[in-house]
Amino acid sequence: MSQPIALPRWIDIGLLPLWNLATALVVAGVVVMVIGHSPWQALTVLLNGALGSVRGLGYSLYYATTFIFTGLAVAVAIHAGLFNIGGEGQATLGGVGVALVALWLGASLPAIVLLPLLVVAAAVFGMLWAALPAYLQAWRGSHIVITTIMFNFLAAGLNGYLLVNWLRPAGSMAVESAEFSEAARMPALHQMAAALGYELPSSPLNLSLVIALVACVFVGWFLWKSAAGYAVRAVGSAPRAAHYAGIRPRAQVLLAMAISGALAGMVGINEISGVQGKLTLDFVAGAGFTGIAVSLMGRNHPVGIVLASLLFGVLYQGGVEVSFELQGFSREMVVTAQGLIVLFSGAMATVSAPLFARIYAGVKGGR
Amino acid sequence: MTPAVRLQAISKRFGAVQANREVSFDIAAGSVHGLVGENGAGKSTLMAILYGYYHADSGHIEVDGQRVHIANSQQAIALGIGMVHQHFMLVDTLTCLENIMLGAEGGFFLTPSKDAVRKKLQALMQETGLVVQLDARVADLPVGELQRLEILKALYRGARILILDEPTAVLTPQETDQLFVTLRRLKERGTTLILITHKLKEVMSLCSAVTVMRTGQVVETRPIAEWSEDALAESMVGRKVTLGRPEGLQSRVGEVRLQASGLRLKHANGVPALKDVSLTLKAGEIVGVAGVSGNGQSELLEVLSGLRAPEGGRMDLGGVSFTPDAWLGTARARTLRLAHVPEDRHAVGLVMTFPAWESAALGYQTLPKYRKGATMNHVAMRDATRQMQERFDVRPRDENLGSSKFSGGNQQKLILAREIGEQPTVLLVGQPTRGVDIGAIEFIHGQLRALRDAGCAVLLVSSELDEILALADRVVVMNCGRITGELAIEDCDEKRLGLLMAAQEERAAA
Amino acid sequence: MDEVLIASVLASTLRVSAPLLLCAMAGVLSERAGVVDLGLEGKMLFAAFAAAAAASVTHSTAYGLLAAIAVACTASLLHGFACVTNRGDQVVSGVALNMIAAGLTVVLGIAWFQQGGQTPPIEPEVRLTALAKGFAEPQPGQWFASVFGHGLLSHNALVYVAFLMVAAVWFFLERTRPGLRLRAVGENPAMVEAAGMSVQALRYQALLMNGMLCGLAGAYLTLAQNASFSPNMTAGRGFIALAAMIFGKWKPLPTLGACLLFGFLDAVAIRMQGVALPGIGEVPVQLIQALPYILTVVLLAGFIGSAIAPKALGKPYVKER
Repeated sequence: MSQPIALPRWIDIGLLPLWNLATALVVAGVVVMVIGHSPWQALTVLLNGALGSVRGLGYSLYYATTFIFTGLAVAVAIHAGLFNIGGEGQATLGGVGVALVALWLGASLPAIVLLPLLVVAAAVFGMLWAALPAYLQAWRGSHIVITTIMFNFLAAGLNGYLLVNWLRPAGSMAVESAEFSEAARMPALHQMAAALGYELPSSPLNLSLVIALVACVFVGWFLWKSAAGYAVRAVGSAPRAAHYAGIRPRAQVLLAMAISGALAGMVGINEISGVQGKLTLDFVAGAGFTGIAVSLMGRNHPVGIVLASLLFGVLYQGGVEVSFELQGFSREMVVTAQGLIVLFSGAMATVSAPLFARIYAGVKGGR
Repeated sequence: MTPAVRLQAISKRFGAVQANREVSFDIAAGSVHGLVGENGAGKSTLMAILYGYYHADSGHIEVDGQRVHIANSQQAIALGIGMVHQHFMLVDTLTCLENIMLGAEGGFFLTPSKDAVRKKLQALMQETGLVVQLDARVADLPVGELQRLEILKALYRGARILILDEPTAVLTPQETDQLFVTLRRLKERGTTLILITHKLKEVMSLCSAVTVMRTGQVVETRPIAEWSEDALAESMVGRKVTLGRPEGLQSRVGEVRLQASGLRLKHANGVPALKDVSLTLKAGEIVGVAGVSGNGQSELLEVLSGLRAPEGGRMDLGGVSFTPDAWLGTARARTLRLAHVPEDRHAVGLVMTFPAWESAALGYQTLPKYRKGATMNHVAMRDATRQMQERFDVRPRDENLGSSKFSGGNQQKLILAREIGEQPTVLLVGQPTRGVDIGAIEFIHGQLRALRDAGCAVLLVSSELDEILALADRVVVMNCGRITGELAIEDCDEKRLGLLMAAQEERAAA
Repeated sequence: MDEVLIASVLASTLRVSAPLLLCAMAGVLSERAGVVDLGLEGKMLFAAFAAAAAASVTHSTAYGLLAAIAVACTASLLHGFACVTNRGDQVVSGVALNMIAAGLTVVLGIAWFQQGGQTPPIEPEVRLTALAKGFAEPQPGQWFASVFGHGLLSHNALVYVAFLMVAAVWFFLERTRPGLRLRAVGENPAMVEAAGMSVQALRYQALLMNGMLCGLAGAYLTLAQNASFSPNMTAGRGFIALAAMIFGKWKPLPTLGACLLFGFLDAVAIRMQGVALPGIGEVPVQLIQALPYILTVVLLAGFIGSAIAPKALGKPYVKER
């Protein structure tokens, strides 16, 4: 996506993305009107539901946690010049990894040992699911977009198979695994607050948020401070220059996708260990794709990703509230808005750039 | 006789560069007209104007006596002008017949159209002697046949004036002979041919008149009887050797640093890029590689720097021998103190999205001084960059500025500062002053000389003969992937260099 | 072998392959012209919804079909606007389209029909039903009537249209002038532009045809296969069609083979549940359902031949001069 017009940095990084976001939300607002509701009313209920109560805030942050993981996953891959659409499948495998370790060791280990193990399991399983397409791209030239899409479906199939044939407790009709022991559950925020004497309304928000923020710091360090990150960014931005610099592109592709997969896999910590306490069928529920939206909006930078994740967390939680309160309004409106954001911030990101350039030049010339 | 084409005072400027200046000459109908000159002489721009790709800033064109305005290539084709490009414009997965038909199919349904076109083409092939397998896929055919296809395509569209841009650049000797036969037959048929080339033997063998161009202007236009190879060479190069060369500098030539022998390499399409190239670089010496670009100079740099392994030959550097199955890599080259300033500073020399302080470590990012364990040592990198910018007068002196924001000259200075900064024993430099302003050029030349004086072995590849003549102690000339000759700087003159640049095989320094 | 089994598997295969075929052919047209089309899933979903909504409200098959085609074409043109006119990233645009489709179809469905995202059932007269009513069930003991009758002749019009479309697309690409130009523009757009044709116009043409076929694919789901729209009813079929297109190396006839193969696997998957194969044991249904994806990955990895995409696929075209 090249931009032949030289826009000053503040327009390029600040104004244009906000404009794209605004356009997407306006179109979403039009859709709301088409289905006979007032966009303002919907917006008010949404913001109230997401931010107007401590409980709502808890939910918004819980959603945001998952999006931070998938957003970081997409971002790391993009810096290596790759489009990782496989976040959905890698997150699924992360959950599978968490479930396997939790069910196997949940009875015999204390939380203090088990929880870090679960984090490792989530990361490793997600990493492996991304490493295979990465290997195929780097060594066999298979287009990573197609292979990761295929792997998303394979992950869902694998999850289903494991649940139905191995993990479902005997006699149970629900397609779920057995429940984990307490030791395998990420402590929820309201539980931790209670232990300290504070009372907080219960919500799914759990310790995973802290892990997500640590992951942000790690990604920031990895990409811009570490030697490996230097090589990854060189390969992603200028593969010929990287070759000239003695960097081997294949290794960087593999490394970047491995980290990307590991990050996506950590969704398992939030959803499976933190919230569900058991492995279920479709617990990722499109978060991998939201990660794409989040990364695009957040300009592939941890800070932007946190902000965009908060936005989407608010959208999702608010969307649920609106679907409860307003007749005929479904939470799929959020999915629609998300798609519009990906469209305007991603595919059509530079459509308005010439317009801005003209306005900017006009204003500058007028001075 | 009305000339087929008359060019009158054609001028064209691209930004700061005057590509064509007051170009005027006639091309006689039914003749083979040669257009000769070095890189940047303006030949390609002129023909692009004739074929409608560009519009001239001033001047006019007459075709068959009529003044015309050629707004695009469709109009050029309508006027009977056709062009065979150096890089073929063909669709690999389609057959020859389909490629010729594309755009002029003659009907909605292909099968009847194909029959009609096939009949016409068979007649045309008979008439011109150009034989092409109409139903073969382009991807399966050799380069020589594809060129015949391109010519046929142009003729099918009604070309009576055919422009050929460096047609023999991609051909084997046998295919070249075949092409000559074809061109002579076309001439007999009455087609006017314009041949852009720098190969003087071909010019002498085929053309009825020749125009020599230099730096955007016509030097002279004469019928072939008034030309000889020597005269063409001199006219093409036409400058005195001592231009810009400082007096009184003696190079102290020392030990052999790099020895390459028998390098062989083929392009992706099978055409040879390097044919048995051998080269020696010694300490304290600048070896200039002269020649029209596209004759293997880029590939030579890629092979010597470790960007690419050759298919045959060997190289000795820093006491280590390299053969094709275990060739030098770019990282290894640097550990052996070989530095490389690449020809393409945008895509290879710098990472455009990196700030200057990150680009300044490119290639050297694994050095201990830039590392603190697993992290990059930002402080050290920034300090080093500031020093580089200071030493080499890179402006602005801002190490945080994005690499893409520096001007061409300053980018080049930054790259040079980086490569020279590690005190290499061998430096390979490609097109160091391409697109660089005059002040920076002087500076860069001074730096290269200083490096040579300090004992480095320097290989300078440049399409600017002036630059080679100003800097080199020894000049090596390449043509068609071969080194055609080697001259000490004091033995260089226009005639010798011109002949070597156009020679087909190795010539002894006459 | 049991003729009832063969007949019903054959019938199943053809029924399941039909929407895949229509979608895959749409993909072939777009991608051979150089535009990546990941939005097949979304367009099919949009079209299914439009067909169901229109048909149930207007009680007319024709309006259902028209609505499906119109909506899918609009989506294709939007994709074209983002990618061809504005040179946006084709992959991102396709992903966006899928998201918007998944959301908007349910939003509109709930808002308009209040049935949790489902559309009201379409009357049998409006639906596309079997052309030859007599072959609705395979007859035990009658080979010809079962295999040929039920297997091949018991289908609705769209199934036959789908197979006809393969021939039509093949003929279009190989034997017509616009088809030749479409093939050229996906391989060497610079050459096409230099020869005086518009790359943009050719790509938009391809996208329009792509939209029509996706429209028919979606209409099949709600007018022929089911009787109403339900959320996410495409269930990944668009991606299986994509896989079939790649497996078929972007050519109509091999893609037909791939669609039939994938349709066969789907038809067999349900029947294989609980059935133990000699020497292997019971094959998990998830494995059979995963086979199209696994096969595509194996192909892409170069283990069963190579899949060479059109040369200009995915690269936005920028005019040189």
